Amino acid sequence: MARRLVAIIAGLLVAGLTLGPVAAVIWRGAAWSALAPGDWLAIRFTLVQAVLSAALSVLCAVPVARALARRRFVGRGLLVALLGAPFILPVIVAVLGLLAVFGQSGLLNSALRATGLPEVTIYGLHGVVIAHVFFNLPLAVRMILQGWLAIPAERFRLAASLGLPGGQVFRVLELPMLRRIAPGAFAVIFVICLSSFAIALTLGGGPRATTVELAIYQAMRFDFGLARASMLAVIQLALALTAGVFALRVSSGTGFGVGRDRVVMRWDGGGLARGVDVVWIVLVAAFLLMPLVMVVLRGLPGLTSLGPSVWQAAGHSVLVALGSTLLCLLWALPLATRRGELLGLAGIAVSPLVLGTGLFLILRPFVNPLDHALVVTGAVNALVSLPFALRILRPEAEAVRSDYARLGAALGLSGWAWLRWVLVPRLRRPLGFAGGLTAALSMGDLGVIALFADPDHATLPLKVYGLMGAYRMESAAGAALLLLALSLGLFWLFDRGGRVDAGA
Amino acid sequence: MLELEGIRVVEGEFTLSADLALRPGERVAVIGPSGAGKSTLLDVIAGFHAPKAGRVSWEGLDLTSVAPGRRPVSMLFQDNNLFPHLSVERNLGLALRPGGGRPSGADRARIAEALDRVGLDGMGERRPGALSGGQQSRAALARVLVQDRPVMLLDEPFAALGPALKAGMLDLVAEVAEALGALVVLVTHDPEDARRFANRVVLVAEGVAAAPVETRALFADPPEALRTYLG
Repeated sequence: MARRLVAIIAGLLVAGLTLGPVAAVIWRGAAWSALAPGDWLAIRFTLVQAVLSAALSVLCAVPVARALARRRFVGRGLLVALLGAPFILPVIVAVLGLLAVFGQSGLLNSALRATGLPEVTIYGLHGVVIAHVFFNLPLAVRMILQGWLAIPAERFRLAASLGLPGGQVFRVLELPMLRRIAPGAFAVIFVICLSSFAIALTLGGGPRATTVELAIYQAMRFDFGLARASMLAVIQLALALTAGVFALRVSSGTGFGVGRDRVVMRWDGGGLARGVDVVWIVLVAAFLLMPLVMVVLRGLPGLTSLGPSVWQAAGHSVLVALGSTLLCLLWALPLATRRGELLGLAGIAVSPLVLGTGLFLILRPFVNPLDHALVVTGAVNALVSLPFALRILRPEAEAVRSDYARLGAALGLSGWAWLRWVLVPRLRRPLGFAGGLTAALSMGDLGVIALFADPDHATLPLKVYGLMGAYRMESAAGAALLLLALSLGLFWLFDRGGRVDAGA
Repeated sequence: MLELEGIRVVEGEFTLSADLALRPGERVAVIGPSGAGKSTLLDVIAGFHAPKAGRVSWEGLDLTSVAPGRRPVSMLFQDNNLFPHLSVERNLGLALRPGGGRPSGADRARIAEALDRVGLDGMGERRPGALSGGQQSRAALARVLVQDRPVMLLDEPFAALGPALKAGMLDLVAEVAEALGALVVLVTHDPEDARRFANRVVLVAEGVAAAPVETRALFADPPEALRTYLG
């Protein structure tokens, strides 16, 4: 009974923390008159960039996944592992890396200048799209790669024994798979890009490149137009929910799994096809690796001269990350059931900025929300990470229950003893992994904190953004490298903690 | 007496009714075709399955709505009798202190004695995975021994062991039950187990758990349902 009670309390907290802010923004914002003329542009830009980002990610992912599915080469495993990395990479770090490659004084423009070609600019629509592709191409590749690996090897053997040419193999075996997987991948990425804030904040801006989320932030931060921010939040909510329902319908629901990784033996695709595969693999590896390499190279010199405010921000970030990890896991343990997972999805459907706006409205009559920026950020980060944590924990938690619930009941174990001696020890590995993901996500978050924080309560990502805004690029690069190290370090510590001495 | 009065279990097509009484300290085998409801009968006694109608009682005390851990019952399952990530000692400690507290000195002495009794002295530190199949069964039996409940339920716990090992384990169960003075109810699909182990036999077939019959008498003159099962 006690166990049930804990689950109900945890569920009510999650529901309250999502529905409360939603109710608050709807209450405050249900008036079209609050919108400014530019807001319609923001809605259009949000949709356009999301469509472009999703389409580009999926289109490029197809040849890359195909190459990875049928080629063996040194570093293949590493590249596949690297495809999982953007998930825990702080957005602001990636943006700095992309600036170092595609920016005004970046590698690409230096090369273009040297050859006398026209330069490109990363700010505006194409910057936002490039950054979204950087983050979501790997996700698309992983989803499509799984589809490829799920085609039984016997079919390829049959095709080879029939002597089907490459084009026919594609038409008969691969196209049906792509028709099944690609729309889902597109929909998932579309939804993710719809709620883009940090990328739009750093690379977009101006009337021609503002997303709805960014418009919420600007309304809150600069105009202090709560009514307008609330109305925008309602619009964002409607967009995200519509797209989310659509995505759930078309996606097969295998979005975040890693799956078996093997190379399918193929008998087609020599000659020209081999060359094409090599080009795609080199391109995608360079596209993903160059920005990271540049972050490290440019960050190293600045690392020694980080000011005290950077270290203070780093301290805040670590505290927020640890706090939201603790909160997220405390939520996840009792909610690791089918119903709990459905409830947890609310955290994804409602974007952080909408949650933040709602919480601001709720808190304002009682306290100064700006004084509690870090607490609010930690809570929202925990909420946003909860679906991922549940995705990881639920299957394992169900296995523990189906294997040992009877033994536990036969012994009459108390709820505490079950938790302390059975559930937590049995879930160590997934708990470590989920904790690592949450900590890294929270560490790199640049969302709600931007809405609430003043300089005294900045987190490290916000500090990096501030340094960029002040054109102190060397300090920004150093702080970004510190942020990268802390995010990956936290992930590694948690994940490792779950594995060491995990035993039988 | 362990009494089942007017028990009725209904689950879709499946039905089982039982009206029977078992004596303290006796050894009873439950046999019958697979799917007839042998394990369900045990689950009703242990509290894992709430019957649609009827009453389970021990020495006149109504158990029907008592939680499994609070019944005067210990149980050996087909598998998962021990938590694999905990040492054997810790497993037995949890059986003694289901609240999760550390075992006292007296508890530890009792655990050591139980391990000694089943021939596992000095192996308390090991995890179940480091024991052989037979040793795991012994460790599970030691768990039942420290639980010291007047009713022991065994749901084919030794099915994975070879014939000689299984016979040895059944003898050990008889010995342990004797020491505890406990009623043992053993589910088995092997009539040989029933002959070897049980004074009386409950036949579960065609939706009915029959009242117990003396083992020798039953096999000397098997009823129609048992003849069909034995072939």
